[in-house]
Amino acid sequence: MPKDNSIKSVLVIGSGPIVIGQACEFDYSGTQACRVLREEGVRVILINSNPATIMTDPEFADATYIEPITSEIIEKIIAKERPDAVLATLGGQTALNAAMALNELGIFEKYGTKLIGADIPAIKRGEDRDIFKKIVEKVGGESARSVICHTLEDCYGAVETLNYPVVVRPSFTMGGLGSGIAFNREELDLIAGAGLRHSPTSEVLLEESILGWKEYELEVMRDHKDNVVIVCSIENVDPMGVHTGDSITVAPALTLTDVEYQKLRDLSIDIIREVGVATGGCNIQFAVNPTDGRIIVIEMNPRVSRSSALASKATGFPIAKIATKLAIGYSLDEIQNDITQSTPASFEPTLDYIVVKVPRFAFEKFPEADPRLTTTMKSVGEAMAIGRSFPEALQKALRSVEKKGTSFSWGSPLLTRSELEAAVCIPTEFRLQQVQQLMTLGASVEEVHSLTKIDPWFLSQIELINSMANEIRNSSDLSSELLSRAKRYGFSDIQIGELRQVSEEEVRGVRHRLGIIPVYKTVDTCAAEFEAHTPYHYSAYDLENEVNARTKPAVIILGSGPNRIGQGVEFDYSCVHAAFALKAAGYETIMINCNPETVSTDYDTSDRLYFEPLTLEDVLEVIHAETLAGPVLGVIAQLGGQTPLGLARGLKDAGVTILGTSPDAIDLAEDRGQFGSVLDAAHLIAPKYGMAHSYEEALTIAHEISYPVLVRPSFVLGGRGMEIVYDDESLKGFIERATQITPNHPVLIDRFLDDAIEIDVDALYDGEELFLAGVMEHIEEAGIHSGDSACVLPSASLNAEMLNNIREATLKIASGVGVRGLINIQFAITRTNPGETGTLFVLEANPRASRTVPFVSKATGNPLAKAAALISMGQNINELRQSGVLPKVGDGVAHGISVKEAVLPWNRFRRVDGTGVDSVLGPEMRSTGEVMGIADTFGEAYAKSQSAAFGALPKSGNVFLSLSERDKEGSVEPARELVELGFTLYTTSGTHDYLLKAGVASTLVRKNSDETSTGLSAVDIIANGTVQLVINTPLGRGTRHDGWLIRTASVQRSIPIITTIAGFKAAVAGISEITKNAFSIKSVQEWSA
Amino acid sequence: MSKAYLVLDDGAIFEGESWACTGETFGEAVFSTGMTGYQETLTDPSYHKQVVVMTAPHIGNTGMNSSDKESKKIWVSGFVVRNPSPRVSNWRSENSLEDSLIDAGVVGIQGVDTRAITRHLRDRGSMRVGIFSGSEHSREEMVVKVRQAPLMSGAFLAADVSTQEKYIVPVPPGVTKLFTVAAIDLGIKSATPRHMSDRGIETHVFPVTATKEEILAIAPDGVFLSNGPGDPATMVEIVELVREFLLDGMPIFGICFGHQILGRALGFETYKLPFGHRGINQPVKNLRDGTVEITAHNHGFAVAAPIDSNFTTVFGAGYVSHICLNDGVVEGLELLERPAFSVQYHPESAAGPHDASYLFDHFADMMAKDKAARHAQR
Repeated sequence: MPKDNSIKSVLVIGSGPIVIGQACEFDYSGTQACRVLREEGVRVILINSNPATIMTDPEFADATYIEPITSEIIEKIIAKERPDAVLATLGGQTALNAAMALNELGIFEKYGTKLIGADIPAIKRGEDRDIFKKIVEKVGGESARSVICHTLEDCYGAVETLNYPVVVRPSFTMGGLGSGIAFNREELDLIAGAGLRHSPTSEVLLEESILGWKEYELEVMRDHKDNVVIVCSIENVDPMGVHTGDSITVAPALTLTDVEYQKLRDLSIDIIREVGVATGGCNIQFAVNPTDGRIIVIEMNPRVSRSSALASKATGFPIAKIATKLAIGYSLDEIQNDITQSTPASFEPTLDYIVVKVPRFAFEKFPEADPRLTTTMKSVGEAMAIGRSFPEALQKALRSVEKKGTSFSWGSPLLTRSELEAAVCIPTEFRLQQVQQLMTLGASVEEVHSLTKIDPWFLSQIELINSMANEIRNSSDLSSELLSRAKRYGFSDIQIGELRQVSEEEVRGVRHRLGIIPVYKTVDTCAAEFEAHTPYHYSAYDLENEVNARTKPAVIILGSGPNRIGQGVEFDYSCVHAAFALKAAGYETIMINCNPETVSTDYDTSDRLYFEPLTLEDVLEVIHAETLAGPVLGVIAQLGGQTPLGLARGLKDAGVTILGTSPDAIDLAEDRGQFGSVLDAAHLIAPKYGMAHSYEEALTIAHEISYPVLVRPSFVLGGRGMEIVYDDESLKGFIERATQITPNHPVLIDRFLDDAIEIDVDALYDGEELFLAGVMEHIEEAGIHSGDSACVLPSASLNAEMLNNIREATLKIASGVGVRGLINIQFAITRTNPGETGTLFVLEANPRASRTVPFVSKATGNPLAKAAALISMGQNINELRQSGVLPKVGDGVAHGISVKEAVLPWNRFRRVDGTGVDSVLGPEMRSTGEVMGIADTFGEAYAKSQSAAFGALPKSGNVFLSLSERDKEGSVEPARELVELGFTLYTTSGTHDYLLKAGVASTLVRKNSDETSTGLSAVDIIANGTVQLVINTPLGRGTRHDGWLIRTASVQRSIPIITTIAGFKAAVAGISEITKNAFSIKSVQEWSA
Repeated sequence: MSKAYLVLDDGAIFEGESWACTGETFGEAVFSTGMTGYQETLTDPSYHKQVVVMTAPHIGNTGMNSSDKESKKIWVSGFVVRNPSPRVSNWRSENSLEDSLIDAGVVGIQGVDTRAITRHLRDRGSMRVGIFSGSEHSREEMVVKVRQAPLMSGAFLAADVSTQEKYIVPVPPGVTKLFTVAAIDLGIKSATPRHMSDRGIETHVFPVTATKEEILAIAPDGVFLSNGPGDPATMVEIVELVREFLLDGMPIFGICFGHQILGRALGFETYKLPFGHRGINQPVKNLRDGTVEITAHNHGFAVAAPIDSNFTTVFGAGYVSHICLNDGVVEGLELLERPAFSVQYHPESAAGPHDASYLFDHFADMMAKDKAARHAQR
């Protein structure tokens, strides 16, 4: 049966903000879904609260709702748009949960719409552990064996069959309390004994341990005719015990015979049929006992997942796109394989290369957090690499992660052999590097296997890499044979240079003189059995090059690499827009990126895709290959964030044309001294600052400027390592840490503007004309990283004079720096009296696309990234105005009031002792994503943003306040308003007394540190659900223990917590609005109309 | 490591390193795209006289074991890989791949651009190939030697691979014996009788030289035509034998080479495909019910039969039951008036997906019906 023609409109549910475990892979899958549906002539209605996504651009749907993904809002959209069907399997767990909630409420029936892609009972069967276990049993598979025990005697009996080690899980305890792994009788007595006591039913579940088993994942697709294909097998290098998202993984599976692989395949097919996933994709995870091959089915996801995105990029089989087509009625054999253009999608891709994925973590931003990797996902992004061997793909993937210490190195290890032996037993971010170092110290494959359970095959490949390194180091000269072999093992010029103690450039020079350059192979789904029509390439040091000649002039766009805090989907958004705009303008677009989660690495986003690490070497080689293939106009480096920007100088020095803003201009903006001159010339002021290369220097500067000061290493994104420092001692501590972060760059010391208003500006400049795209006002005061701060567009409190000052300043800076394209400037405004214009300070300028480009584009309806790409190619703003890319006259104007709110990952991290990490905001960015609320009033927009980010603000009930001394004054008015709105306030003593004096009554609760009185403590009323909102502003410094307890308790209970007075005021405005009116909805298209 | 050369009929030469045995070997160059199952491939008699290029980049990771063998020996005449595994990692492994190849005297080559070779064969078709290591020939001499090797078209190879003596694969303990089948061994894989015996079929495996009388002596319920190497056009005697069985109304099931023989017996021509189908990911459409099976293939020849409508033969009407979705090649034949069918691909898999194992049930059903009909007649 071809397409179901009764489906004329579909509501696609997106995945909301980027959080750990649910990242931009769902922008990729959702964007594919929207594109497919529109190609099929279906009207697309989209809901997603995440403005940074490509899918929420007006051109991808007929009606785009950037609204909170809640049942209330979705029902309104359904009532208004009346979609024939709802597609919820491409928006992660968020969309699936939303669909389940809508079903519970009977919304689908009420409006006569249907869920396509998966049905509710199938989702339940896939997600309910007990039902799923029964299904596994029914199809002849096994789940982990377990026995319920009520006494220690029961436990002893159970262990007879389960064997040690055994997992102990007490029944009905909160948060895994009392669970653990027992390796022997003594530990069993201890853990199970405690577990039996903790459990209200004196019951523990003993489960066989599968820690250390081999872990696999199969991506499965099924159509309505019951055709099933396995798209990809993925093997985890890290064995069971580490979340797949945090594991280094490889595709295809490499250590199974066909007999064993077919067992996994058979089970997968039987399970997808039994669960009843009618059409679409799902993944199924397995554990395999390395000693006897016993297979345990771990779980399934009845939807497109993170692994689906990886599998799509790894194989060239576009799972989300195909899943969408299946959902609207096609069968697999009716869909063509885009890549071969001659064979159908009902086949199983075969790979003639190896794909390795390496996660990227952000533990450095959460120093308190437990760094051990467990079954809770903690990574914030990932890089993928493709090679013709595992060592090549692994080394490429490691350097793609773009983090110091990630690539293998062969200097003297920092740890001794025995320290390394202890370290590798515990999975952490750098375990594989420790394994590699341990093996350089002589540890055998067997020894390392017994410590880590990593499959000996992978370890033997690391051994090969190590012995190659030895050869490189010890051979008399860099012969052609040696170099090409080193390259086949994935060694970078930097690594070879380190081993030979020469520079990267020198190695590259020798290599090029010897004619050793990579060829580019094609990802074609079929191991070359059929001709490929999609230029999706990866480098290999092999014989045959597959890059086709071309005549069209090409523009190379550098992507932003793995997601990290501070550099996420927003930059992919800009790169993708550049690709679309330049393609439309008649250029051949070439994308280089290594992030499998993104739209930019979709093979049909650009004309050509190179899945390569974003290092100088790898980028130069692609440019070389493309220069041989046809004319190359240059490289766009200003859209992918700091990663490509950091490459611009090296590329230019190597003779590459950088389109748009020049590397000199970039340096001018980055270098405080030079930038200072630009400001001086423009009569603009910056907070007093200095640059220090040593502690002594820093001390002198800090005293000159006077505390508090803001200190940070130069050349970083996302406020990495940035701190507000209040005295000499903490300054010293910072310098010691900071100089380790970026050895070659000095430390910046700025005056910290207490209580200033922070402003973010995005603008376009063509050399003559400025287009001021948006002036955003931060809701939190200066000192909170702009990425973590909520902001509002248009700005709320600036008068016309100040707005004019900002425009003038932006123009002067853009022209002074020499921008051609986008610039983002952060300003701070201090006022001595409310209502006055204030003093404008320039904090920093970034001559590149910023994190806020997608937000501003959506709030104003102007495609900034597209405009920037065209300016880079020489068009001017006037031309863009004429061609309709930008408005005919004037600057960017916001439609309605838009609020952006950041989403933070506190609930993902625990300290080593199991308690939560502090959730207080600061100058270092820690948010993983963002949401947007648009409405006619600030209150509603803010309330929407909160609802989308953290869950709805309460309309009634109790609010807890505990405020620092300096914040008490500011809290009186919002607190009073809350009381007037009918809320009851709970406060700790200081806040209580202050409010009382101001005439606001509240109920006093005990501070937890106060041991003298009994009665309910602050944590008690949070933990027992008394309060629905927590306001806690931290003290500037010193002990924060009470505050920490309050904040972590709130995070654990998922109670909205606000840590600034500005945020408090905004929240009260929001509450006031929602107590009066329900949320209104309006599509982006309607806002711009 | 010493140098080795892979030399093709058309003069293309790929330089790599010597691996497994050193020496010279010749055969037909084919590529296999399976990511698993190199052991099954190596021991599949259908690969006799072929030099197999593996497109999967790492080969040998799981070693070799005695239970996954498809026959008693390694049949390929040469083996081409990019990265052989330095180490074996699998709980069932008994030997390393390289040691097994050396024991079998197979000349290999490693470190070549297997993708480039595959693309070459895809674009120019399968051709003769030689692997040379440890020899001092000039490039021209190597090409000349390759061109002296026999061609696959016109090759009669069944006698090389067929069993010398008849043997019986009994049904396993706990399974009731329902049928007796005479399997003509043209290069049979051990997975095939295993699939049959699991279904209560006792399989008598006959040498290719078996006569009709010898076969009828066991009073078979059906005849099975196995896979195997060579050009089906050379199988004149077996084709005649099959025609006789068809006339008798004997239930017949053919796989791969056996399918081509059934096709010829029905009067169809067979032809050589440009580069063949080899791999375990081939989509085959079942034209009876429209479903798609992912199947294992290993064939260089195919049957030319009409796909769009039923055909008529001297044995009555029939139809093409399966086609390959990639290129429309005939993948299955079935007669409507007599109990005979065949598939070009490998329902026994090994290596490969198990999607098509229902065909063994189909064979058993066919024999059951036939038996019942004969019983009723009596």
